[in-house]
Amino acid sequence: MNDVNVLILAGYGLNCDNETAHAFTLAGAQTQFVHINSLIDGDARLEDSQIMVFIGGFSWADDHGAGVVQAVRLKTNIGERILDFVDRGNLILGICNGFQALVNFGLLPGFDQNYTRRSLALTFNDCGNFRDQWVNLKTNPASPCVFTRGIDSAEFPIRHGEGKFYADEDTLARLLEDNQVALQYARPDGNLAQGCFPYNPNGSLHDIAGICDPTGRIFGLMPHPEAFNHWTNHPDWTRRREKARRQDRSPDVKPTVGIRMLQNAVDYFRTE
Amino acid sequence: MPARLEIALKDHLIDAEGEGIRRKAANYFGMQLSRVRSIHILTIDADLSPEQLKQIQTEIFTNPVTQISSFEPLAVSFDWTIWVGYRPGVRDNAGATAVEAIEDLLRLKFTADAGIYTSRRYCIQGSGLVEDDLDKIAGELLANDIIQQWKILPQSNWDPKNGIGTIIPKVRLDHIPTLGTVPIDSDETLARISVERNLALNPNDIPTIRSYFMDKKVQADRARVGLADPTDVELEYISQARSDHCNHNTFQGLFHYRNLTTGQTERVDNLFKSCIEAPTLALKSQKSWVVSVLWDNAGAGRFDDDHYYVITGETHNSPSNMEAYGGAITGIVGVYRDPLGTGKGSRLVMGSYGYCVGPRDYRGELKPHLHPRRLLDGVIEGVRDGGNKSGIPTTFGQVIFDPGYLGKCLVFVTAVGIMPAQIGGEPAEQKRTSPGEWVIMSGGRVGKDGIHGVTAASETFSENTPAGHVQIGDPYTQKKMHDFLLEARDKGLVRFITDNGGGGLSSSVGESARYSNGCEIELEKVPLKYEGLDQWEIWVSESQERMTVAIRPADLAEFMRLSQKHAVESTVIGRYTDSGKLHISYAGKTCAHIDLDLLKSGFPQWEFEADWISPEQRGLFEPVIDSPQDYGMLLLDMLARPNICATEWIIRQYDHEVQGASVIKPLVGAERDVNSDASVIRPVLNSSKGLAFTQALLPAYSAIDAYHMTSCCIDEAVRRLLAVGAHLDHIGGVDNFCWPNIQYHPVDNPDGKFKAAQLVRACWSLRDMCQAYEIPLLSGKDSMYVDGYLPGRYGEMHKVSALETLQFSAISVVEDIHQCVSMDSKVSDDLIYVLGITRDELGGSEYYAHFSEIGLNVPRVRAANFLVVYRALNQAIARGLVASAHGIYRGGLGVHLAMVAMGGNLGMQVDLDRVPTSDLNHNPAVLFSESAGRFIVTIDPRNRRDFEKLFEPSTCACIGTVTATPQFEIKGLDQKTIVSVTVSALKAAWKKPFGDLI
Repeated sequence: MNDVNVLILAGYGLNCDNETAHAFTLAGAQTQFVHINSLIDGDARLEDSQIMVFIGGFSWADDHGAGVVQAVRLKTNIGERILDFVDRGNLILGICNGFQALVNFGLLPGFDQNYTRRSLALTFNDCGNFRDQWVNLKTNPASPCVFTRGIDSAEFPIRHGEGKFYADEDTLARLLEDNQVALQYARPDGNLAQGCFPYNPNGSLHDIAGICDPTGRIFGLMPHPEAFNHWTNHPDWTRRREKARRQDRSPDVKPTVGIRMLQNAVDYFRTE
Repeated sequence: MPARLEIALKDHLIDAEGEGIRRKAANYFGMQLSRVRSIHILTIDADLSPEQLKQIQTEIFTNPVTQISSFEPLAVSFDWTIWVGYRPGVRDNAGATAVEAIEDLLRLKFTADAGIYTSRRYCIQGSGLVEDDLDKIAGELLANDIIQQWKILPQSNWDPKNGIGTIIPKVRLDHIPTLGTVPIDSDETLARISVERNLALNPNDIPTIRSYFMDKKVQADRARVGLADPTDVELEYISQARSDHCNHNTFQGLFHYRNLTTGQTERVDNLFKSCIEAPTLALKSQKSWVVSVLWDNAGAGRFDDDHYYVITGETHNSPSNMEAYGGAITGIVGVYRDPLGTGKGSRLVMGSYGYCVGPRDYRGELKPHLHPRRLLDGVIEGVRDGGNKSGIPTTFGQVIFDPGYLGKCLVFVTAVGIMPAQIGGEPAEQKRTSPGEWVIMSGGRVGKDGIHGVTAASETFSENTPAGHVQIGDPYTQKKMHDFLLEARDKGLVRFITDNGGGGLSSSVGESARYSNGCEIELEKVPLKYEGLDQWEIWVSESQERMTVAIRPADLAEFMRLSQKHAVESTVIGRYTDSGKLHISYAGKTCAHIDLDLLKSGFPQWEFEADWISPEQRGLFEPVIDSPQDYGMLLLDMLARPNICATEWIIRQYDHEVQGASVIKPLVGAERDVNSDASVIRPVLNSSKGLAFTQALLPAYSAIDAYHMTSCCIDEAVRRLLAVGAHLDHIGGVDNFCWPNIQYHPVDNPDGKFKAAQLVRACWSLRDMCQAYEIPLLSGKDSMYVDGYLPGRYGEMHKVSALETLQFSAISVVEDIHQCVSMDSKVSDDLIYVLGITRDELGGSEYYAHFSEIGLNVPRVRAANFLVVYRALNQAIARGLVASAHGIYRGGLGVHLAMVAMGGNLGMQVDLDRVPTSDLNHNPAVLFSESAGRFIVTIDPRNRRDFEKLFEPSTCACIGTVTATPQFEIKGLDQKTIVSVTVSALKAAWKKPFGDLI
């Protein structure tokens, strides 16, 4: 089995590096932290990796719009190399601040193979505050998204102040039409949140929590799959364990849906 | 010509910031604003071409999807507009990142003179608003005059071309650095100059200081480097090192303790040595998990063979009291530097908070600088930004409201880190400096920040004087530094590391130089935010986000390369020596030359009179309150008391699961909304060991006796840990004392002797409890002046002193996280047990406070008896017999049964007659007594026999069952149902006070 190498961008206030690497390791990949400056200086190579992850955090403190300065820095200095990386058929994942960076870079939505046009925004939560909360998510089985294959629902935490997905009507219609909307906020019963707080925690239009590009190889989402790397991360785990005890069975400790989402990315290179 | 870019959200988008202001104006002042929109302003004081300005406008500062922007004032409609900007010298974090972004995009470097200044303009619509209303919104909602300036304009005075004008808050000092010397012809002269220059030298220290500088040999030494009288740099150094903050003179003081009730007297020499150090060192020798205590920035315990955890706690009270956001963010970011500066450096893994403030709805006559509501908002936001932007989960916290904190609020911040046990084969917890190593300052630059805060506060501001005494922490700069220094550590480059906090370089360099026994510092090399600082200011400035590091010459190039990679500024500012001297020069001229061991010489011990008067003698008694008739309503009202009700709105603003290690979250239960007893994280992701953390604050008991306040605090912290599954064998403690001034003064502090006695008693309790529960004190701090002066209705000033307060934090290693337990009831028909004995201990309780009473019978900790129960509970949890466990704390059994029911969203039927008590015959005492040592546990009925076998029947009783119907029912001692309410009614009452804050 060939190694699948994951490059995790770090530095400048990004902060989910350890758990993202841990989660990808559990998913069977080789991981490497690369400081944004090392990539720009050429000390580190993009060419050795198949998956590039824009992780969560507060790059440049999010002072001028979340993910904006990170996108400008990458686009200005190594924009072409990143576009080449995409061209070579590789995968890009953006989580939270990383999603914001992908959108500001233009890697998403990637309409008409244009990967540098900004046409989406992740803006301030309608509730007015930063919010940490687990959400229920529904995937779109018709989406080309590599990461959500075989997953129909998931629960992850969101942790952001600027996660409201916003775009104009035409853009939204196209995203929905082309099944680029891969992940939406839902109620615990599986139905879409339909804007209802706190199931939709930020006021995202159409409950959008994550989208992919038309190829399904670039995926950005506000919730944190890497924060559900162990079954005890789930807020209900003590309750589930107790119920399992009553039935004299062990609790479900299979790889979490967070890990499975990353496994999909790793498997993409092993099966295709 | 400076440019001014205005940026706003497109008109049809919700402006959450503006909306928040509209809501607060309505809720806080009853003002009806119809619309508030916010405009972000960048004032660009740099030589950029129109093309360059256009480029940064479109590519960086304007989101094409959501924003509009213009270099002309934006035509956003308003009746009034308020502009708010920083005063000169206040840290403008967004301005700094704007510079970074522009430099990167345009590939240029800003000159030292250029800068970007951010500000805001609020466009306010509403009918009938007058200027006074706007003044109130500006001064009490949008800005704090300590750090900000503002302008208010009505539509009629608006100039659509120039807008608010161009205001550049640049610091201009126009001052040539000057070294001052201080004559020491007499003690009186030195004392007078100490007051004039705000050196804050203790009058008792002055003879010792003078005799040093009068010493013939010292004078001869000094003459060789061109010095005679002491310089201001030297006296500042001594003053900082001898301050109560750095030297803990109070805790090391001599107390003349008198029990005025019994007439007994006792000489108590050095509370730190007798009550903290001695018990902790004794425990260290017994417990192999205690790795490093009482010398470094944080204490260390063993997590596993390959990792140590470190912990410390601090307060940041005075600054937060003046500027809540700035003080709190500086506090949390500051405490995070302590683990980073512990051993050769630790990675931060969690933080916590404790806030003590005046009543949120205070409507009294006193006028605190910030209303408690606003102060709390600011503190919450400061810790939020400081923690979240550092990427460190804030996993636990508490808030206490009491009028005593109107004088000064308390902001406790605690930090936990983790380090590898070894680095390059060397013990990671050890560090030292050696002669020949470089002294390096990494991180932020030095300005007039935090220098002599008190005098600065009373100076008048001019347009360009820096408002530096109140700081705003910069988690972004610090996070970069954190990542850099840990990479340098892992490469084996760091020989010594410590943070620059109180005392700045004076403290960090002064202390690190004691290992090598000397240093030579060239102050002109220290990078400054702006020119014109005097030498002593550079030396003692408390500018944030800086660490002092010792590096071997051979490693310098590699260290600097890493520093550059992480975009962190590092500068060699001197060299460690073994000369025995602290030798400081500026541009080749010596400005300090002082023996490092001066500080060890015979400075006089501080002395205090401590008079204890028993509660009975102070006239405290048990109030006469007959049994209530309506227990249902009473319970609902108890749940809505500010110190009991839900604070979810705070907890959810804090990222409590970044790092992906969360096991027991701060909010648990079926609806994930009830407070957990403690938090548990898995700091080493591929290990199934966990770190349990909790804290306790019970200042109300100090109104009766600070001994029992302290005991109950420690007992509560222990029970909180045990409830989530931590083991008694491994509990580390952190004591944070916040006390009103204990130095007696007949006019200014007439009850100082009593407060001193309370401190002595609290320390005795700390010693007794730590011995009983075998808790080494891994770290601790004290803040001894929690008093404030508030103007009243007639212009008179009132001294307001806080209750004697201890925050006790506790930490434990959980061997297997899979055994952790949460507090929520889980399954219907489960049995509900109460462990421990409920006694007639309503003194200081929430129940009495609800009726504005204090009482006398304060809860007491009977550690030996409690431990029997605690060990049994440890076993029950280890054997998987427990479905939920929850301690009984503030509010007593009634309140905490409600918590367990709300957690599970399941009903309960309980019978008070079955609760183990000391023969109580009064329902309120059983329901609301706050006796220590108790838990509520629910278990699977199948485990009944196994569970009960572990406990003595006298301390363990099944009092009822969990029910599927969410009805909460309590039968009183006379078998009549006294409470029957739905769980949703309980929750509604509990969430009502702060529920709409989101």
